[in-house]
Amino acid sequence: MNPNFEEVWVYLSASPLTALTITLLAYLFGDWVYQKTGRMPIVNPVLIAVIVITVGLSVTGIDYWTYFEGAQFVHFLLGPATVALAIPVARLLKTMRDGYGVLAVSLLTGSLTAAGSAVFIADLLQASEQTILSLAPKSVTTPIAMGIAERVGGLPSLTAVCVIMTGVIGAMFGPYVLNAARVTSWRARGFAMGVAAHGIGTARAIQINQNAGAFASLAVGLNGLATATLVPILYALWQWWSG
Amino acid sequence: MLVAITQLLCCQLVGEVIARVLELSIPGPVIGMSLLLIVLLYKETIPQSLESTAEGILSHLSLLFVPAGVGVVAHLTVLGNEWPAIVGSLIGSTIVTVLVTGWILQRLHRGRFDES
Repeated sequence: MNPNFEEVWVYLSASPLTALTITLLAYLFGDWVYQKTGRMPIVNPVLIAVIVITVGLSVTGIDYWTYFEGAQFVHFLLGPATVALAIPVARLLKTMRDGYGVLAVSLLTGSLTAAGSAVFIADLLQASEQTILSLAPKSVTTPIAMGIAERVGGLPSLTAVCVIMTGVIGAMFGPYVLNAARVTSWRARGFAMGVAAHGIGTARAIQINQNAGAFASLAVGLNGLATATLVPILYALWQWWSG
Repeated sequence: MLVAITQLLCCQLVGEVIARVLELSIPGPVIGMSLLLIVLLYKETIPQSLESTAEGILSHLSLLFVPAGVGVVAHLTVLGNEWPAIVGSLIGSTIVTVLVTGWILQRLHRGRFDES
């Protein structure tokens, strides 16, 4: 290998600039594929970008933490973006005259379904108790979910992986499920995506319809609070029940 | 735009401080969002700069999950030999949750929510 090229390579593989540029390029590629294939939800830009970057890292032998040192600039924006969700929610609440009760019932039902069905299916498939407990909070945003997992005796790192997978699954299959169930209201569609698939589902909803986006944003925040309250209570009840 | 970004960061910063001081399990950005929401609900209108900046950030919200997604693939070993049960549970549960939540909200609020 040309020594000069080697020097350039050492710089590139360690510089945050490379990781940042690659993240944006991979995402733009994912979005391009999504647009070209007629905007089918199953062609998920996030999943495509993740696959492209993972393959790229393993081919070049760059490890994840080196990559993340650059990519953390993108990751950091999740914080201010979460705060920014207040704007569509405020716009929504300012125009909403009634329907709060309906939202509360839907939220509670959705929140209980998310945790309950995850536990039920995992138990049916004979997962260990720790795994089942790690799965219970999978529909809420990562930091909240990890906190809940820690409280009920799950494995926070496993929960973090499950949360992201849930988001991608929801964004990919959610719209088809809603079509099949003939849920045509954009608000109900957005709310369902927010409850089931947190920020990743919300990101999709925002790109598709303004009303869906606002209801999804509202659902993410509310479901985070509902799940953080409900799962530890249910866990305590279950422990008390089983002695 | 610079003012709006500063406002968002300030809300997050205050949220992070509150979360740590009160040892809450709710993350700082979520508290920051709640604070901003309360302020906006008290105000007559939402500032235009905040509207357009939020729209700019949120229209690319998907991108922000890419680094975490790569992290998931790098840490797939955490699933261990229970991965079929985990993946099965995630797919089944997510589909059921989307279905139940969307259906019940539309059903309960038919007529009032459907003008969009």
